[in-house]
Amino acid sequence: MSDAIIEVRGLRTQFGRHVVHDGLDLDLRRGEILGVVGGSGTGKSVLLRTIVGLNRPTAGTVRVLGQDVGALAGPAREAMERRWGVMFQGGALFSSLTVRENVEVPLRAVPGLSPQTRRGLAELKVSMAGLPWSANDKYPSDLSGGMRKRAGLARALALDPEILFLDEPTAGLDPIGADAFDRLIVELRDALDLSVFLVTHDLDTLHACCDRIAVLAENKVLVSGTMAQMLRVDHPWVHEYFHGPRARAAMATGRAKE
Amino acid sequence: MASLSADPKLRSTVLADGLRLAGEFTVWTLGQLPPEARTARLLDLSELTRLDTAAAWYLVGRQAEGVRLDGLDQSRARLLETVRRALPRPDAETAGPAGWRLMLEQTGRRMAAALVFLREIAEYLGRFLAALARAIRHPGDFRLTSLVWHIQETGLRAVPIVALMSFLIGVVLAFQGAAQLRQFGAEVFVIDLIAISVLRELGILLTAIIVAGRTASALTASIGSMKMNEEIDAMRTLGLDPDMVLILPRVLALVITLPILGLIANLAGLAGGALMSWIELGISPSMFRYRLLADTSVDHVIVGLSKAPVFALIIGIIGCHAGMKVGKDAESLGAETSRAVVNAIFAVIVADALFSIFFAEVGL
Repeated sequence: MSDAIIEVRGLRTQFGRHVVHDGLDLDLRRGEILGVVGGSGTGKSVLLRTIVGLNRPTAGTVRVLGQDVGALAGPAREAMERRWGVMFQGGALFSSLTVRENVEVPLRAVPGLSPQTRRGLAELKVSMAGLPWSANDKYPSDLSGGMRKRAGLARALALDPEILFLDEPTAGLDPIGADAFDRLIVELRDALDLSVFLVTHDLDTLHACCDRIAVLAENKVLVSGTMAQMLRVDHPWVHEYFHGPRARAAMATGRAKE
Repeated sequence: MASLSADPKLRSTVLADGLRLAGEFTVWTLGQLPPEARTARLLDLSELTRLDTAAAWYLVGRQAEGVRLDGLDQSRARLLETVRRALPRPDAETAGPAGWRLMLEQTGRRMAAALVFLREIAEYLGRFLAALARAIRHPGDFRLTSLVWHIQETGLRAVPIVALMSFLIGVVLAFQGAAQLRQFGAEVFVIDLIAISVLRELGILLTAIIVAGRTASALTASIGSMKMNEEIDAMRTLGLDPDMVLILPRVLALVITLPILGLIANLAGLAGGALMSWIELGISPSMFRYRLLADTSVDHVIVGLSKAPVFALIIGIIGCHAGMKVGKDAESLGAETSRAVVNAIFAVIVADALFSIFFAEVGL
C-alpha cells in the first residue's frame, strides 16, 4: 500500500452546468494533517463530501485506504465508514439526543458492547474532545457553537477512525476557542495516529496544525505543499492569500508561539 | 499500523497468573474478552496487533483496580496515558428530591408554567391593544399593505376549505336529523335543527378550529423563523416595533376575516342542509327558506358571529406568542408550532363553552 491513504485522481464534479472540480488530484498521506484552502465557492466542502461519498463525482476516482469509494456498497461501505469520522461545520448533532447519546450513536453499531461500556466510552470521547462532564447530559440547543463543534468531533472520534474529516473546524469560534481547537486536533492526531483532512479558511489553523496545504482554485488543486513552499508560489491568488495582512499577522503569532 | 480486518478477532491464552491477549483489541472486540479477564491480575499485551482508545479505556480502568499490564510498547503506553489524562471526572451529583416530593415539585413547576403562560398571553393581548391604540393615534405608523396581505392569507385563502367543511356539516346534520325526526313525523323541524346548530354554534366554532389549525401554525412558523434568524432583534435595533410590524397586522387581519369566514360558513352550512333536506325529505328550497325566516330568530346569527372576534383574538395572540417564544434551534420552532395549534384549538373550545354559559344566563 502506498503512503497515501486518500488518493483523488482526475476528479470532476458538476452540478448541472456548473463545474466545481475538473481534473482534480489530491493525496492525503498517512499521519499528516492536510489543510484544504480556497476562496468561497471553490468547492472545498464539496470535495470533502465527494471523498466521503455524499456526492457522486461525474468522473474520476476517489480511493480511500486503497479502495474505490464510489464502487463500495453494502457491508464494504459500512466497514469503510467506520474507518473515517466526519465533523460537519455546525457539528451536525442530532438535536433530539443529548451529547452523550449523540456520541453513543456510532457505538451502537458495535456488537456485544454493554450499555455501561458504551456510556463510559462516550463520556471518554466527550472528555477527549475537551468538553466538561456537565456537557454529557445537555442537548445540542443548550451548547455554544464551539461546544457543538467539539461534540461533533467527539462523535466523529467515537469508533477510533483512521481518517478524520473536519469541515471548517474553527469557523465562528473566538480566537481563544479556535486556538484550543487547533491544539486539540494536533494532540488527537499524535495520540490516536489519525490522518486529518481539514477544510478551513483560518490562516491561524493552517499555521498551527497543518503539515501540508492544498490550495483549491481554478477547479483543481492548484498547488500543494508545506507552508514554506506556499509562501514561494507566485500565482496571484495564492500569493494574495498567503501574503495578505491577515496572513502576515497569523505568521507573526505563529512565530511568537514557537 | 495494521489495517483493520473485516472481522476482527481477539485471542486470549490463560497464563499461570493472568491472561495473554493477542490480535486486535479494539471497540469491536471489547465484547470478545473471555470471562477470565475479569479476575486476571496480569494482562500480557505484547502480542496485540492493534489497540484503540476503547481498549485503552478498559485497560486504564483495570490498571486502576491494581491489575498489572505487561508488554506495552512506548506508543501504546502513551495512548494509555492520553486516555488516562482524558478520563472524565464526574461532577459531584447534587441530590434532588425523590419519590413523591419529585412528583409534587414537577406538578408545582407545571402549574407555575401554566400561570406564566397565562400571564404572557395577557401581556401579548395588552401589546396588541397598545399597538392598535397607537395605530389609531398615528395612522402613519400602520402597515396597511401588511394587513391586506394577511387578510388575503388568513381570510381569502381559507374560504374554500371553510365553505366546503361547513357545507358538509350541513349535509350531515340534515341527514342525521331527518333520520331521527322522521320517527316522530316531525321531519319539517330539521330546518330548525340545522339553522340553530349551524348559525349558533357549529358554523363559527368549526371555522375557528380550522383557522386555528391553519393560521396559528402559520403565525408561529413565520414569526418563529424570523426570531430564529434574529430578524426581530434586527427590527428592534432599527427602531421598528415588532408589535406594530408583526403582531398588529396579523392579529387584526384575523379579527377582520374570522367573522366574514363565519358568515360564509353559516351560508354554506344552510345551503348544505337545504340541499340534503330537499333530496332526503322533499322539503323544497323555497319551503326551507320560508321556515327558516319564520321560525329562526336573527339572535342566533348575532350570538354566533359575536363570538368570532374573540376567537380571532385568541388564535392570533396564541400564535404570535408562540412564534416569539421560538429559540435559536429548529426543534423549538416545530415544538412551538404544534403547541400553538393545540393551545389555540383548546382555548377556542373553552371560550365557546364560556360563551354558551354567558348567553344562557343572559337569556339570548
